[in-house]
Amino acid sequence: MAANLPNQAQVQGGAGVTEPGISHNEHTHHDEHHEQGFLSKYVFSTDHKTIAKQFLITGMLWAIVGGTLSSLFRLQLGWPESTFEWLQPVLGKWIEAGKLNPEFYLALVTMHGTIMVFFVLTAGLSGTFSNFLIPLQIGARDMASGFMNMLSYWFFFISSVIMFVSLFIETGPAAAGWTIYPPLSALPQAIPGSGAGMTLWLVSMALFIVSQLLGGVNYITTVINLRTQGMSMSKLPLTIWAFFLTAILGLLAFPVLFSAALLLIFDRSFGTSFFLSDIYIAGQALPNTGGSPILFQHLFWFLGHPEVYIVIMPAMGMVSEILATNSRKPIFGYRAMIGSLLGISLLSFVVWAHHMFVTGMNPFLGSVFMFLTLIIAVPSAVKTFNWLATLWRGNIRFTAAMLFSIGFVSLFIAGGLTGIVLGNAALDIQMHNTYFVVAHFHLVMGSSAFFGLFAGVYHWFPKMFGRHLDEKLGYVHFWLTFLGVYLVFLPMHYVGIAGFPRRYYAWTGFDTFSQFANLNKFISVAAILAFFAQFVFVFNFFYSIFRGRRASENPWRSTTLEWTTPVVPGHGNWPGAIPAVHRWPYDYSKPGAADDFIPQNVPYSQTQSSNLPYEKEME
Amino acid sequence: MTALGILLVLALLLVVFGLLFRLQILTSIFSGSTTREVGVSNRVNAILFIVFMIVGGAAFAWSFVDNFDKMNPPIASVHGHATERMFWTTMIILGIVFTLTHILLFVYSYKYQHKEGRRAFFFPHNNKIEIIWTLIPAVVMAGLVFAGWKEWSRITGPAPKDAVVLEVMGKQFNWLVRYPGRDQKLGMVNYRLIDATNEFGFDLSDQSGLDDFVAPEIHVPKGHPVLLRIRSRDVLHAVYMPHFRVQMYAVPGMPTKFWFTPTKSTDEMRAQTGNPKFNYELACNQICGRGHFAMKLNIVVDEPDDYVAWFSQQKSFSEQNPDVLASFKQKTNKLASKEAAIPAAAVVPAAKASL
Repeated sequence: MAANLPNQAQVQGGAGVTEPGISHNEHTHHDEHHEQGFLSKYVFSTDHKTIAKQFLITGMLWAIVGGTLSSLFRLQLGWPESTFEWLQPVLGKWIEAGKLNPEFYLALVTMHGTIMVFFVLTAGLSGTFSNFLIPLQIGARDMASGFMNMLSYWFFFISSVIMFVSLFIETGPAAAGWTIYPPLSALPQAIPGSGAGMTLWLVSMALFIVSQLLGGVNYITTVINLRTQGMSMSKLPLTIWAFFLTAILGLLAFPVLFSAALLLIFDRSFGTSFFLSDIYIAGQALPNTGGSPILFQHLFWFLGHPEVYIVIMPAMGMVSEILATNSRKPIFGYRAMIGSLLGISLLSFVVWAHHMFVTGMNPFLGSVFMFLTLIIAVPSAVKTFNWLATLWRGNIRFTAAMLFSIGFVSLFIAGGLTGIVLGNAALDIQMHNTYFVVAHFHLVMGSSAFFGLFAGVYHWFPKMFGRHLDEKLGYVHFWLTFLGVYLVFLPMHYVGIAGFPRRYYAWTGFDTFSQFANLNKFISVAAILAFFAQFVFVFNFFYSIFRGRRASENPWRSTTLEWTTPVVPGHGNWPGAIPAVHRWPYDYSKPGAADDFIPQNVPYSQTQSSNLPYEKEME
Repeated sequence: MTALGILLVLALLLVVFGLLFRLQILTSIFSGSTTREVGVSNRVNAILFIVFMIVGGAAFAWSFVDNFDKMNPPIASVHGHATERMFWTTMIILGIVFTLTHILLFVYSYKYQHKEGRRAFFFPHNNKIEIIWTLIPAVVMAGLVFAGWKEWSRITGPAPKDAVVLEVMGKQFNWLVRYPGRDQKLGMVNYRLIDATNEFGFDLSDQSGLDDFVAPEIHVPKGHPVLLRIRSRDVLHAVYMPHFRVQMYAVPGMPTKFWFTPTKSTDEMRAQTGNPKFNYELACNQICGRGHFAMKLNIVVDEPDDYVAWFSQQKSFSEQNPDVLASFKQKTNKLASKEAAIPAAAVVPAAKASL
C-alpha cells in the first residue's frame, strides 16, 4: 500500500521535529502518481475515501429497500381490512386472494429491522464516516491497512448480496423478527422463513460481522498509531473519539453475536440443543432437551445493546462537530463530552438484560439491570445539555447539516426520555414489546441516527465530491423529514401506551386493541409520505455529485484537518506534508482572533493576540 | 386508463419540480446568495423552528388530550394501579424535561441565529455547570430506580400461599389452560406424551394430575391472588394481559410464572366501560409465527362465589378422556377416593372468608 508508507515515515520522524508542517522526505511517493485502472480506482480501491463512498452508496440503496419494506407493512397496518391486489405484480404469491400473507408480513418486519440496524445504520453510517473522516481528521494518509479496509467493504458487499437474494427465495426471507429468537428461528416447521431464508440470514450476518471486525480493527489501529504530529488524544475532534469508541464496542460485541449465530447454526443443522428444549411441533416431539432459548437472548443482546450505541455514537460525534462549527462556538464541555462517550461505552455492556425483564429471568437480575440501565441516562443527559449550551450565545448558520443536527438533538431527547420508562422493570411489564418500544427506539436510534447520517452527508459532501449539495433542497428535505418523523412516532406512543403489541399483522381480532384504527391509518400515511420525501435527498445527492455548486477548500470555515486538504483530496490526502496540530479542534470565535475560527494546524505563535494565559507558554 | 393518467400527472409534476429547482438555482445565482455566507434562508429557518415549536407543540398537546382516554386500558389488578401511578408520574417528569429542553433548543436556535457583525461567545467549558447537570439527572434517576425497584420486587416476589393456581400453555396458535383440580396440585406433564387428544402431555401415572382439568378460557376469582404458571410447547410466546398489567414469556423447556390480584369482575368492568361485550383479553406478545396476531384467550373474572360454582362444575381431563387414562393403567383405582376427599369450596378459602 503505497498510501500508508509515507505516513509511517511521518510518524517515525515526527517525534523530534518541532517546526509545524515542515516535511521530511515523505513526499517522494507522492510524485510517482501511477495511473490507476478503473477497477483499482473505483471498485477494488484501497483508498479510504473511495471505500467510504462505497459504504455510503450501498447504505443508501439499502435504506431505500428498508424504507420500501416499511411502507408495505404500514399499508397493511393502516388498512387491515383492505385488499392489496394492486401489489400482486410486485409481491406475486405473497398476495393471497388479495390479502398480504401474514408470514410475509413478519418477513417484511424482520428484514426492515435487519436492514436498517445493520446494513444502513451500522455499515452505512459508521462505515462511511469512520472511513472518510478518521484519516482526514487525524492527519493520516490512509487507514493503517488499506487492504483490510477494502476487504471490509467487500465482505459487506457479499453479505449484502446474500441478504438481498434471500428476499426473493421460494420460502421467503427470515421472518422471526430481527432479533431472530429461537426456537422460532431454528425450526422451519414453525415458520417457512426459518428455512432457507434464515440460513441465508445467518450466513450473511456472519460475513457482515467479519466486515465489521476488519473495519473496526483498522479504525482502532489508525486512531492509535497514525495521528499526525501534535494530535494528542485530547486534541482529537469528537467525531474521532466517537468513531474510536464505536469501533471498540463493535470489536467486543460483534463476536458474541457471531457465537450466537454459530450455535444457532449448529442447532438448526447439526442436531445440537443449545437453544432448544421440550418442543412438540407439527405433530412431532423433537429429541432436543436441556437447551435454553433465554441463553440465546443473553448472547444476542450482549451484542444488541452495544449495537444501538454503535449506531448512535458516530451520529453524536458528527453532530457535536457540526453544532460547534455552525454555532461558531467551541463545543461546550469538550472533556465532559469525551467522558460521557466513555461512560456510555462502558455502561452499554452492562445493560443488555433490560430487553429481557419479562422473559422469566431471575427478578433480582432484573433489579440490577434496571439500576445500570437508568444510570446510562446520566451521560446521555450531560451530552444533551452540552449541545444546548453550545447553541447558547452562538452565531448560528443554518446549513442543511446544522438543521439535521438540531433535529438530531430534538429526536434524541424525545426518544431517549421514554427509555427511562422502559428501563424501569416495573413499568416494562406493561410496555414490553408494545408500540411504545417501537416508537422509543425509532426515535432515539433510528431516526436520530438517520439525522446524524444526513447531517454528516450534507456537511462533508463538499470534501467527498468537491461540490455542494443543493441547500434549498436540503431545507425541504429536512423540514419534511423532521415533521414526518414526529407525525409518525409521537402518535405511535399513544398506540403503545394502549398496549398494542408489535409485530401484529392486524389488531382487529382484539377488542382491547381496536380503538386506534384511524390513528394507525394516520401513522401509515405520514410514514409513507416521509419515506417519499427521502427521494428529494436521493435526487439531490446524485444530481450534486455532477452538477452541484463547486466547493472551496474550507467552505464551512471549520477548524479540523480535513479542511486543510485540497477541494478533492487525492491519494494520500495532502499533496505536501501532513500538517502538524497545535491546538484543540474548537477554537471558534476566540476573543482577539482575526477570524472567527482558528484551524488546528495554526501554531500559537501566529495567534498571539488571542492566546489564553496558559497558551502563552506554548507560543 | 386511470393508471396511465396518474402516471402522466406524476411525470408532469416531476417536470414542474425539476423546472422549479432549476429556476431556484438560477435566481439564487443572480441574487448573489451563493456568494454570501449566510442568506435570507437563515432567517427563514430560524423562524420555522419557532413555528414548529408553537404549532407542533400545540398539535401534540391537543392530540394527547384528545386520545388520552383511548390510550389507557382500564386497570383491573392491584399492582396495575401502582405501576400506572408510577408510569404517569414518570411521564410527567419526562414531559417537563422534554418541554424545557425543546424550548431551549428552538428558542436558542432562533435567538442566536446569525447576525452580521456579532461574534459568538467563547465559552468552552464550566465545570461547575457540568457537575450540576450531572448531579440533577443522577438524583432524579436514583429516585426513579428506587421506586421502580421497590415495585418490581413486590410484583415479582413470591406469590401468597393461598393463591389460585392455573397453568397457561402457549402453542402455535392458541392458548391452553389447565387447572390443578381439587388437590391444588398441577400434575406431571411430559412433552413427549403430547398428541391430538392429550394436548398438555398429561402423565396420568402421576396421582396429582388425575383431577386436573382443562378449560377453554381463564376463570379467576375477584380479589384473590392468582398465580399463573406459564409454559410453551413449541416456540416462544408471551402471556400479555394488558388490563391486569401482566406480561411474562412462555418459554419451551423453562416454565415461568406471574402472580396478580384481579380487582374488578368482568361484569363490573362491563358496567364501568359501558360496553356490555367487554372481555378481558390475553394476547400473545412475542412473535411466534403466522397466527401470532390472533392468539387470543378470554379471561373471565368472577365473583368468588361464581368462581367456586364454575370450578366445581368442571370435569377432570382424565374423566373426560378415559382412553388416555386407560393407557396409564396403574393406580387408577385411587382416583375416586381422592376426588371425594377435598370439597370444592376449599379452593378459595380466602375468598370465602372475605365474603
